[in-house]
Amino acid sequence: MALPIMAVLMFFLVLPILMIVAVSFWQATEFSIIPAFDLENYEFLFGSGVTYRVFFNTFKYAFVTWAFTLGIGFTVAYFLAFHVRSLTWQIVLFLLCTIPFWTSNIIRMISWIPFLGRNGIANSTLLSWGVIDEPLDWLLFSDFAVILAFVHLYTLFMVVPIFNTMMRIDKSLIEAARDAGASGAQILWNVIIPLTKPGIMIGTIFVVTLVMGDFITVRFMSGSQSANVGRLISNDIALLAYPSASATAVVLLLTVLLVIGIMLRFVDIRKEL
Amino acid sequence: MTKVSRRSILKGGAAFAAGTTLGAPMIWAQNIKDVTLRQFGTGVSNLNDVANKVKEDLGFTLEMTALDSDSVTQRAATQPNSFDIADIEYWICKKVWPTGNLQAMDTSRITNYDKIVGIFRNGKLTPESTIAQGTAPHTVGFVEGPEGNSFVDNESGWMTLIPTIYNADTLGIRPDLINRPISNWSELLNPEFKGKASILDISSIGIMDMAMVVESMGEYTYPDKGNMTREEIDLTMAIFTEAKQNGQFRAFWKSFDESVNLMASGEVVIQSMWSPAITAVKSKGVPCVYQPLEEGYRSWGGGIGLSAALSGLERDAAYEYINWYLDGWVGGYLMRQGYYSAVPETSKNFMSENEWGYWFEGKAATDTITSPTGDALAQAGEVRDGGSFQDRMGAVACWNAVMDENQYMVRKWNEFIAA
Repeated sequence: MALPIMAVLMFFLVLPILMIVAVSFWQATEFSIIPAFDLENYEFLFGSGVTYRVFFNTFKYAFVTWAFTLGIGFTVAYFLAFHVRSLTWQIVLFLLCTIPFWTSNIIRMISWIPFLGRNGIANSTLLSWGVIDEPLDWLLFSDFAVILAFVHLYTLFMVVPIFNTMMRIDKSLIEAARDAGASGAQILWNVIIPLTKPGIMIGTIFVVTLVMGDFITVRFMSGSQSANVGRLISNDIALLAYPSASATAVVLLLTVLLVIGIMLRFVDIRKEL
Repeated sequence: MTKVSRRSILKGGAAFAAGTTLGAPMIWAQNIKDVTLRQFGTGVSNLNDVANKVKEDLGFTLEMTALDSDSVTQRAATQPNSFDIADIEYWICKKVWPTGNLQAMDTSRITNYDKIVGIFRNGKLTPESTIAQGTAPHTVGFVEGPEGNSFVDNESGWMTLIPTIYNADTLGIRPDLINRPISNWSELLNPEFKGKASILDISSIGIMDMAMVVESMGEYTYPDKGNMTREEIDLTMAIFTEAKQNGQFRAFWKSFDESVNLMASGEVVIQSMWSPAITAVKSKGVPCVYQPLEEGYRSWGGGIGLSAALSGLERDAAYEYINWYLDGWVGGYLMRQGYYSAVPETSKNFMSENEWGYWFEGKAATDTITSPTGDALAQAGEVRDGGSFQDRMGAVACWNAVMDENQYMVRKWNEFIAA
């Protein structure tokens, strides 16, 4: 039973990762790649201040995006699971949430650019309302724009697993809590959130890995003015520096695994699977 | 299999042709229709219209692949068997030639060789011209012989690339949003345009634009902008990093479309730009000027080179193609887009008097000027930004280049982006 799956995973997952690890020790000149065992790529990576700044930036994006997607995602899921009473409406509203995902990721992201621009819809509306006197420049090509796009792109990845866990919560537990005299806030904090943790964790893993691995959103929404690890890798690839790109990829992979490992310490998601 | 048999026939044909020169063209005409040449290069000159015209005029098939400049370099350097003809820039040639993936061309087989503009032969547009800094095309244009590996400084008769297309680049501006004359590169970092400037995020070209700005600001005069030392790179980057942190730049652009959108939407009023991008902005009805500047232009040039693996009939076809390329039809096509052709005088035959006057001689248009695809680019009475061919190509301050310290520069560039 497991053999075919193992074979597929070996070939399409394990083997490529091993290749990346192997190449990360190779040497590169501008136009050739030389198989070798050399730590120079890692030495350069850990020796450069840029690496630390860029990793910090990547974590910053991941953390802020996570906080917003969690807040919005939890609220939406809570509304769907506990306020919408009929199953039909739950399904209808849930499908409504997915409508934006019928178009490509990149199109959804790029469509923000004319909206947020100096002469874009957002600025002209605010100007006509008299809220501002001159266009806000920080709306576009800024960290604000990057985070906005991330939150927009990835909130659904939070909604789905949280909604899924919430639907499995036995309603009688909530009634029991109410009978025992718990307030709404107490029910939320002591009953619903603990029982939703596995869903929150799955959503967190989705969002954190997606944001940490991204390069195109950061490039477009920051107008190439900010960098994250993905952009370092893509720049290296463009300049044929595959070994150096591989080394960065390996470090990123380990970092993400470490982050996920720490998160799994707190919550057992096996219950969900 | 069919290829092998065709080649063996062809070898017989070549031997026969060597014996009797009269017989050659006949054999050639029969076989040439089977030939397929694979060309790759940047989107600038890899045009399907050219491939169609080749089929029509010469009978053989030209397969075009358009890639971005990084991928072009990569393919020329690492996949010699994937192409027959490489359409690359001169600075790429400097790096790719030593790999031995290209072969030199015999200039005696190039009909219009003597008419090729001086820039590509001895480096001088006119006998009085001074040679600009950077990787000037003639410095990487010739090698000592058919197997030559190193560049020579004279017209040796063996050419690395046949020049196809070139131009002089400068800053693009939005005259309606600036409302005053702009005449120096230093304006890019003028605080007046804080948050409204942009520079391209392609390190090898961006660094040259930076150097033009730094010189214009009077901060430093480079012995050779095209080959900076580490200290010079640090100094240049420091000036731009400071400007970036002060919010001078709205964005950086990497693709042609991005530069057009930044300018057309008014996000940016002054930025490094490419000539067809200006045309694209104008065709949206937005005023945009390719501003000539006192310090001169940053120029670039491309050419076609033959794969080292090319031989026999395929190579003959490639020479045929090159001769056709310089014969004027392509030149006219490219010049009507605002580029220059290597042999302008043959292009003239394929352009109207009005077009030639506007694009090449810098005269006022006598009628509407349209692009090869039919969009109106200029109305009667308008003059090309920067004027005539002599005015523009005569004011080149530096050529796109690749530095000895390229890897160091790229790392510094990454720091600049992350700063």
